[in-house]
Amino acid sequence: MDKNRISLRGKNVLGLADFSPEEIRTVLETAKEMKNIIHRDIKKVPALRGKSIVTLFYEPSTRTRTSFELAGKYLGADVVNITAGTSSIVKGESLRDTLYTVEAMGVDAIVMRHKADGAAEYASRVVSPVILNAGDGAHAHPSQALLNLFTIEQHKGHLEGLKVAILGDVLHSRVARSDIQGMRKMGMEVHIAGPRTLLPRYLCEEPGIFIHERVEEAIRGADVIEVLRIQLERMQGGLFPTTREYARIFGLNGERLKLAKDDVLVLHPGPMNKGWEISPHVAYGDNSAIQEEVQNGVAIRMALFTLVLTGGRQA
Amino acid sequence: MKLLIKGGRVINPETSFDKIADVLAEDGKIVAVGDGLSAEGAEVYDASGKIVAPGLVDMHVHLREPGQEAKEDFVSGTCAAAAGGYTTVATMPNTKPVVDTAALVRSLKQREAEAAKVHVAIIGALTKGQQGEELAELGDMLAAGAVAFSDDGHFDQSAKVMLNAMDYLHAFGDYLIINHEEETSLCKDGVMNEGHRSALLGLKGRPTVAEDIAVARDVLLAEYAGAHVHIAHISSGRSVDIVRRAKQRGVKVTAEVTPQHLTLTDECVELWDSSTKINPPLRSQADCEACLAGLKDGTIDAVVTDHSPHAVEEKDREYMYAPSGFPGLETAVSVMLTDVCGKGLLDIPTLIAKMSYEPAKLLHLPCGRLSEGAPADITVIDPKLEWTVDAKEFYTRGSHSPFVGRRLTGKPVLTVVDGRIVMQDGKIRD
Repeated sequence: MDKNRISLRGKNVLGLADFSPEEIRTVLETAKEMKNIIHRDIKKVPALRGKSIVTLFYEPSTRTRTSFELAGKYLGADVVNITAGTSSIVKGESLRDTLYTVEAMGVDAIVMRHKADGAAEYASRVVSPVILNAGDGAHAHPSQALLNLFTIEQHKGHLEGLKVAILGDVLHSRVARSDIQGMRKMGMEVHIAGPRTLLPRYLCEEPGIFIHERVEEAIRGADVIEVLRIQLERMQGGLFPTTREYARIFGLNGERLKLAKDDVLVLHPGPMNKGWEISPHVAYGDNSAIQEEVQNGVAIRMALFTLVLTGGRQA
Repeated sequence: MKLLIKGGRVINPETSFDKIADVLAEDGKIVAVGDGLSAEGAEVYDASGKIVAPGLVDMHVHLREPGQEAKEDFVSGTCAAAAGGYTTVATMPNTKPVVDTAALVRSLKQREAEAAKVHVAIIGALTKGQQGEELAELGDMLAAGAVAFSDDGHFDQSAKVMLNAMDYLHAFGDYLIINHEEETSLCKDGVMNEGHRSALLGLKGRPTVAEDIAVARDVLLAEYAGAHVHIAHISSGRSVDIVRRAKQRGVKVTAEVTPQHLTLTDECVELWDSSTKINPPLRSQADCEACLAGLKDGTIDAVVTDHSPHAVEEKDREYMYAPSGFPGLETAVSVMLTDVCGKGLLDIPTLIAKMSYEPAKLLHLPCGRLSEGAPADITVIDPKLEWTVDAKEFYTRGSHSPFVGRRLTGKPVLTVVDGRIVMQDGKIRD
């Protein structure tokens, strides 16, 4: 392990706004080592033996929760899952009190998903275990953004100077907000496109972001395209007429993909609505790294656990 | 009982008086303002180096009675008022139950007599239960002592109901309809200003256009009905402009603004700290500057606190779920002196007028004047006193304020109600 690396020991992973480019680099380098462990026949190293991790999920999740859980277990930590439907949360316990309870059991890290923006940051100010934000409202989803960067770099060999197009529902997307932070810090050119009803009106004031109302303009010449999920559960009426029309005008299909560079990489944070925001042909096509993202997600989360809980001494 | 306040800078907006002078109060009235006054047996207060102003009037306060005493009550709220230099506060009716009958108005006047440290004016609900559907008994509430009407807390969507209220109230005199102006459908689930900051944080926005549409509607309705509408806590620059133009063509519209909307922007919203969550929300720097310009040129008539205390446990939680509002009575004067007057953006006599004489006039109260025969409601302010805002020192039950931790210059040091000292040097007298 490179001694010059920055230590992230004890750092809360709340969003990429408070990560420096060097810190992001450290996570990506560590994730490379972690990916090797996942490929081993016996996926167990003792790096986090004796550490305990709680995942505290107030919103449903398959891949993120499982990914964090496996990441902890591959590194030898004890991982316990708390979900909102099966705990005192349904009895109306406040977030503060739930956090106190978890803290009192002596855990080292809390992985948290919550539908309120800032819930993870709030938690970090209430209790002492390291907080890893697994998604808070429409605010941030740092581990997803890191695994996107990791996946892109594995394919392209570098990040700086790449043109990325983020398509669709940016308004409700914590993934997009974290992507924007991380990608700009790593020197990428970020283009955003979708129906205006799904774009934050004042995002154009943020430096280094290009906003388009038609997806073609963003896709043209892109090295990377990330398609965001249409979050029907967060939609209020009238943001766009129908999913059918959305697919026709804003969806990523084979025809639109041709506008991008030949070796364009297609990402999607999942779960996909195939046939709406992305055509099945593209989702499973040669340019797609969507399945690979899932595996990289475990590596990134192993890297985060190792770095924040041990400072990255071993692995 | 006599009180002689000697040697202060006496500011009386009613007569544009601004000189070093003495003020003598006797039996609850001001009996003389002038040089070298003396009075046998009077309690003498040396006000040299200090500002002697009419007792401050806050026309927008939530004392939370009845029903929400965990947030505030008449004792804690009026102690906070006295500590902040206020001698009269007007309390809003969005309580549990809503103050929408004469009986409830009378019960609050009774509570004022029993428990209040300062005068409490009662604002009644405009519609039953503040539901925006049927008019409340406005005439009966006036007879019971209500001074104005408001469905503050939200916007009444029905233009017809608003027009009915204006027309119906017209017969009783120039009583204010005080409207919270945010068009509901544009603010659904919104918790902060829609802007660059909300775009980055992902929080749902409350756009300025929601306020502008509501202000424009009510200005047009008031113009149509020949009625008086008062715009509560104006915060959008365009709304200020709408009010300015309406005033120019003779519409009976008045407006108020809070210290927070003059001095803070949405850039200070942090996700972990719900103290900045208010309605209407903290806006942009340009909106702050437009509000200040409106205050200077007379478009905005009054400075109010919108004192909105909540219990600590209600406010100490996720930003999205925390209730809106924070307590302002104990910081308003100091914030205005430090961040507005102290930066040369407004002169002190104008500030005093907007915090005493003007709101008193809008509510038809006899106070707000340092003239002979006026009630002896007096506030003495030390413009040089430096202090740090500490929620533990508050008299209010509310705790979360964006001004906590701020070092401020200038503070009320004496509050006199009906000739009696109720606060001196920050301490409430029994």
